[in-house]
Formats: sequence, C-alpha cells, structure tokens
Amino acid sequence: MKLPPVIARHARQFGTFAVFVVLCAVISVLTPHFFTVTNLLNVAQQTVINALIAVGLTYVIISGGIDLSVGSILAFAGVVMAHALRLGWPVPLAILAGVGVGAGCGLVNGLLISYGRLPPFIATLGMMSVARGGALLATDGRPVSGFGESFRWLATGEIAGVPVPVLVMVLVYAAAHLVLQRTKFGRYTYAIGGNEEASLLSGVPVRLYKTGIYVVGGGLAALGAVLLTARLNSAQPIAGINYELDAIAATVIGGTSLMGGQGSVIGTLIGALIMGVLRNGLNLLGVSSFIQQVVIGVVIIAAVLLDTFFKQSKR
Amino acid sequence: MHPAPAILQMKGIAKRYPGVVALDGVDLEVRRGEVHILLGENGAGKSTLMKILAGAVRRDAGTIALDGRECDLATPRAAQAAGVSIIYQEFNLVPHLTVAENIFLGREPRGPVPGLIGTARLRADAARLLRELEVAIDPGAVVADLGVAEQQMVEVAKALSVEAKILVLDEPTSALSDKEIAQLFKVIRALRARGVALIYISHRMEELFQIGDRVTVMRDGRYIATREIPQTTLPELVSLMVGRDLTEHFPKKPVAPGEELLRVEHLSRAGVLHDISLTLRRGEVVGLAGLMGSGRTELARAIFGADPVTAGRVTVKGREVKVGSPRQAIGLGLGLLTEDRKRQGLVLCLDIRANTCLASVDRFSAAGVVDGRRETAVAQKLTADLRVKTPGLHQRVVNLSGGNQQKVVLAKWLCCEADILIFDEPTRGIDVGSKVEIYQLINRLAAEGKAILMISSELPEILGMSDRILVMNCGRIAGEFTAAEATQEKILHCALGAHAA
Repeated sequence: MKLPPVIARHARQFGTFAVFVVLCAVISVLTPHFFTVTNLLNVAQQTVINALIAVGLTYVIISGGIDLSVGSILAFAGVVMAHALRLGWPVPLAILAGVGVGAGCGLVNGLLISYGRLPPFIATLGMMSVARGGALLATDGRPVSGFGESFRWLATGEIAGVPVPVLVMVLVYAAAHLVLQRTKFGRYTYAIGGNEEASLLSGVPVRLYKTGIYVVGGGLAALGAVLLTARLNSAQPIAGINYELDAIAATVIGGTSLMGGQGSVIGTLIGALIMGVLRNGLNLLGVSSFIQQVVIGVVIIAAVLLDTFFKQSKR
Repeated sequence: MHPAPAILQMKGIAKRYPGVVALDGVDLEVRRGEVHILLGENGAGKSTLMKILAGAVRRDAGTIALDGRECDLATPRAAQAAGVSIIYQEFNLVPHLTVAENIFLGREPRGPVPGLIGTARLRADAARLLRELEVAIDPGAVVADLGVAEQQMVEVAKALSVEAKILVLDEPTSALSDKEIAQLFKVIRALRARGVALIYISHRMEELFQIGDRVTVMRDGRYIATREIPQTTLPELVSLMVGRDLTEHFPKKPVAPGEELLRVEHLSRAGVLHDISLTLRRGEVVGLAGLMGSGRTELARAIFGADPVTAGRVTVKGREVKVGSPRQAIGLGLGLLTEDRKRQGLVLCLDIRANTCLASVDRFSAAGVVDGRRETAVAQKLTADLRVKTPGLHQRVVNLSGGNQQKVVLAKWLCCEADILIFDEPTRGIDVGSKVEIYQLINRLAAEGKAILMISSELPEILGMSDRILVMNCGRIAGEFTAAEATQEKILHCALGAHAA
C-alpha cells in the first residue's frame, strides 16, 4: 500500500485520528444521545482543561522531560487569581496574576532542572507538593467562590455559538502547533529532547530553552485554572489532583514519546478528545465510573503497545 | 588442501525498508575454521545482513542454512541457540555486574541451595574461559572498570560460553591500540584453530590481509564477489568495493596559508591539558596526532567552549576572546565535528533538514519564526553538494548509513559557514569511498580559505592530509612537524615518548 507522503510521515497522528473516529462511530451506534450538538459541545467543554494542561506537557515531554506539578500549579494559580478577583482587581489583571503564578512555578521548575541539574521527575515532584501547599496556605484550605459576571463569561459565554473555553482551546492548540512546527522554540524543543548533547554542541542555548519549556507548561496549567475557576465559580485548593496523570495519558495516547524528541500537539489534542469521548460515552451508556477507570487505563496501555508493535514491525 | 565444508550458507537474502532496498539477493558462504572478512562501504548492507543472521532483523526473502540444514533464525534467541554470536561495536554488557556475571548472564549455574546462584562455580567457569583465551582479566572485576579491549574479551568469552559456532565481529579494532589488536588477533587465530567460523567486519584494509582467509565484498546492498585473501590485492578489493578505481587516496593540494584565524596560548585544564599553544591559518590543514587518551579530544572541546579551561589565552581572528560555551564558539566561526557522531553530532530522531540547519537556526529565523523554505533550499543544496544518499530531506538521520550521517554533520557546519573547523576523527568507521570524499572536501574547504584542525588516529591520514602536524602526549603538545619532515616513525616516537617529555 502506497500512502501519500504527508500521511506516511504523520502516520501515527492519522492512526490516532482514525481510532477517534471509530470510537465516535461506535458510541453513536450504541446511544442516540451521543451525536448531538449539545453533547458534543459538552464533551469539548469537559476536554478543555485536560487539553490545555496536556499541550504544555507535550512540549515538556518532547524535550525529554516530565512535569508532575501541573495539577498543583493549576490549584495554586487558581486560588491566587480568585483572591485577586475577590479583592476587586480587574478581570484581565487577575487572570494575568494567575497565569503569572503558574509561569513562575514553571520557571522555578525550569531553573532547578536546567541550572540545578535536577532530574525533571524530582524537581517537579517537589513543586507538586510545594504548589499544593501554597494553594492550601493561601486559602486556609477553603475554596474561594463567587465572582462577577464578566469573569464567569469565560465559562458560560459563546462566540458564534461556540463556547468560549472551546474557542480558547482551539486557539491555544493552533498557536502551540505553529510554535512547535515553525519556530526556533519548537525546533529546539525537538532537538533538545532528541539529543541534548548534540544540541549543546550545535550552539543551542539548551538551558535557556529548557527553562522556557517549563514556563510554558506552568503557564498553560494556569490557563486551565482560569477556565476551571470560571466554570465552577469557585477556586479550590484541592483542584487538579491527578490532572498531571490525565495530561500525560492524553499526550502518550497522542503518540508523543516519553523518550523525547518525537511527538505532536495535534496528536495530543486527539488523545485528549479520545479520553473525553470515552468518558462521556461510557457515562451515557451508564457504565460505572469504576469500570471507566479500568477502560481508560487499558486505552493508555493499548496505545503505547500499538506504538511499540508498529515500530518493531518496521525493523 | 581442499576447503572445509560450509557451516553457513545465506542465499538470496533480501530486505527492503520503506524507500530503500537494504539488501538485494545477497549470498554469503562461510566455512568452518575460517576468518571470513565482510567488506563494503557504509550502506553496503553488511550490518543489515549480520542483523538478519543474528535474528534481530527479519528478512523479506532468501534462505539460511547452518551445517547444510535450513534454519529460520527468526529471533535473537533462535540464532543464539543455533550457535550464532555477534559482538557489536557497542557492547552488550551490564556495566555494574562482574565479568563472570556478565559472561553467564541469563544462564547462571545453580547453587547448592535451590533458587540461589552458584557463585563459586560461576567464578570458576568464567576463570576457565578467560584462561582459554589467555587473557589476564579477573572474573570478579566489575565490567565498568575495564578498558575497551578487556570488555571486548569479556564479549568473546561470553560467545565461547554458549559454544558459538559462528562468531561475528563488527569493527572489533576501531577502539583498540595496536598492542590490543595483536592480542585480539591471537585470540581470533585460536578460535579459528578450534573450528569456529568468524565473520569479521572492518574498514581497516591493512588488517584484512593480516587476519583474513577469505573476503566477500558487498556494494549497495548487493553481493559483488568472494576472494581468497592470498590471491587478491588491496587495489582489487578497493575497486570491487567502490565500483571504480581510486587513483589517489590522499588528493592533497598544497595551499598557501593566509592570515592567522586562531591562536591558542598556554591553554590548560587542570589534570587534562597542560600549557597548549597552537595557531591555525586560513587555508591550512593542521593534523593533530597522538594516542587515544593523549588529550586531543579534550583540547578540541576546550577550544570549542564545551569544557572549562583553567588558564590560557585564545585569539580568534586577531581578537582575544573568552569562549565560555559552544554557542559563543559557533558565533566566532568555529565548528566542531565530534568523534562520536551518534551521541554528540546528530539528533538521530530528527530529519536531515533539521540536523543540517541545527547550528544555524538563528540565521534562518526572524522574530523566532523559522523560514522552512529557505532551510529546505539550503539543506537541499548541501546534501546534493556532499552527495548524501537519501530518498529525501525528510529522511530521519537514524536511517542513514554511517558515512551519510557523517556528511550530514559536515553539512551542519557548512550550513553555518564556520571557517575554523575542528574535525575529530572525521573518517572513523567510514568506508574507503566516503573517506576519499571527505578528504576531498577537507581540501576544498581549505582551498576556500577555512582553517582546519584535524584530529586523527590514522597516521597515513595525518601524513597525507596535513600541512603541519602537532603531536600530543599526556595532555601536552610533544612535537610539531612540517608535512615535509614528518614520518610515521617521528610521530610515533613523539606520541609514545616518555611521559612529561
């Protein structure tokens, strides 16, 4: 079988997409409630937060790292922004504060990893605990709730019939894709993940870019916090627990290699959508959430197993 | 004397990868108790053929017969059970286990208590194997503490312990000293006397005549010819390999050196480099000779800003500079072609274009956005210019042969227009044809006015290519010769001279 070169080069993404289409088709046959505009928008809405965290994580993982702290950063950034809103800060400024906190946590991660030479696993494991503690300290462990209509619009608003969060997700993914494929930042992300030593010897400012990648990761987690807080009309210090694992799952299902150097943002989006559709479909079918856990786990393993299998058959 | 029976017959072996025919009906016949040389340029298909024999790669067509019986050899395990052992260039040893544990890894003898390993027997069996090889290695030593040559002997012992009938050695001497090579050859001859069939891959032509019995030449994935070693000659083999006559091995053209581009004075790095001074002029090729571990690579890395220095002065194009990072060095017009292209030269999972442009992304981008079309155009021109064999620029570098990979590393430095180039072993593990191409390229670069420092362990290469020759010994420059006065003897004398000469 001779594939067009574009498809051959992105076989993995097209494969994931095919799985996604089949999954949607199967669920549509099993339940009439799935393929409706309302429900599909609902799926998109539920996917947004995971998708935003996962896109940052995709950068981190392509660069050969890992970030376990994104869930905690989300909580910390959320409560800081919520406090700012409660203090009467203008909405854009409060959002900026929240995203700034997220990016700041990412900056600390990046500095520890690049300049402190800590393994990413350790640095972000520490940050996971520190940011969570920060969120709890900042709120005394209680949620911060009740925001103005203009902030809530971020969750409830629509532009041309498309919910604002979905729009944000689409824009972020488009930007992230372009940055990864067309810019120096993206090129160096791949190069560092593929071979850090060779990159360094080719004059790539490895430490600078590695730090930047974690800043992006933290910032995008904080953006997730903005949308989550708007949706719940409340910022929880215990929000985002295990979100890092969902994001890793979406990234991996989307074909990004944990070894670094390979992967794509589009794949991650499809990965996040697969997880969203799966959860939604199983809910519609009345499958218990316990079984859902099992199914999601099986999907993650199957995705990577197929990758491995695919690579071996090419040898 | 009539020939021993064939122990291995591979017939019509074919393997195709997407876009590339790796092997196209290759035959190989190896006899019991012979050293069979497998010869071919990089990309000729030797490695693929051996991986098929080892069960690591599946063949698309062809048959393999061992002792006249057809076998499948579908997995590495099946191949090993059939008596095929391979010693790859990169060893398969567990660094933190002992020699004995490595030799019997996966086949540990049972101890007196069920479930425990018989440590004493393990040690004794390993010691016996090593004694048979007549090598002085302590079976209790940790592999990570051993030198390359010793690790190789552990691999050989491991192959013996599974009673290998066919032993494949892939470039076994590429990291060995002359003395270690002599020891290896002794072991190879002993194995041959025991009836083991050895398949030997090497690019060092002079070795073939020392150790080989027969030679099979491959080119472009095809079988070309098999010859008895005593009845062939070096020129014949070379022309079989490249399919054309190589009239001049070192096409050196004398160039009048221009202005000084690089001056290094009293450069030191505690414990590694001592008071190194050298100069490089436009149009000059300066050879840097010396034994492995004499500090040549360390010097290159120090000049390039990859390792810190403790003292010394570096002047680039008349301006005194502090080179604190490779990035700064590249900005000053330096380029370093590393010794280990896979680990330090290339991002293997990226494509040719990305690798070619890696050191010059800055120059192809405005406001952080990379101009892919310009990159493609430049990469296209360079790959064509260097004759990189590839179906396209989107080919991942990992899929290229060694010689072509090296050309991509070269393309990277040409792409950023470096004019002070440091080549660290530019032709290591590269076949004769590509070697000459790289020599021609080095000459062309010199003629274009670049200054070149060439580190090499091959004396003919140093002598044939250099305008001036520096010799390192124990982190010092131990001697300097002009091309006219240098001889192999003088260089060796200098490189081997008493420590702290």
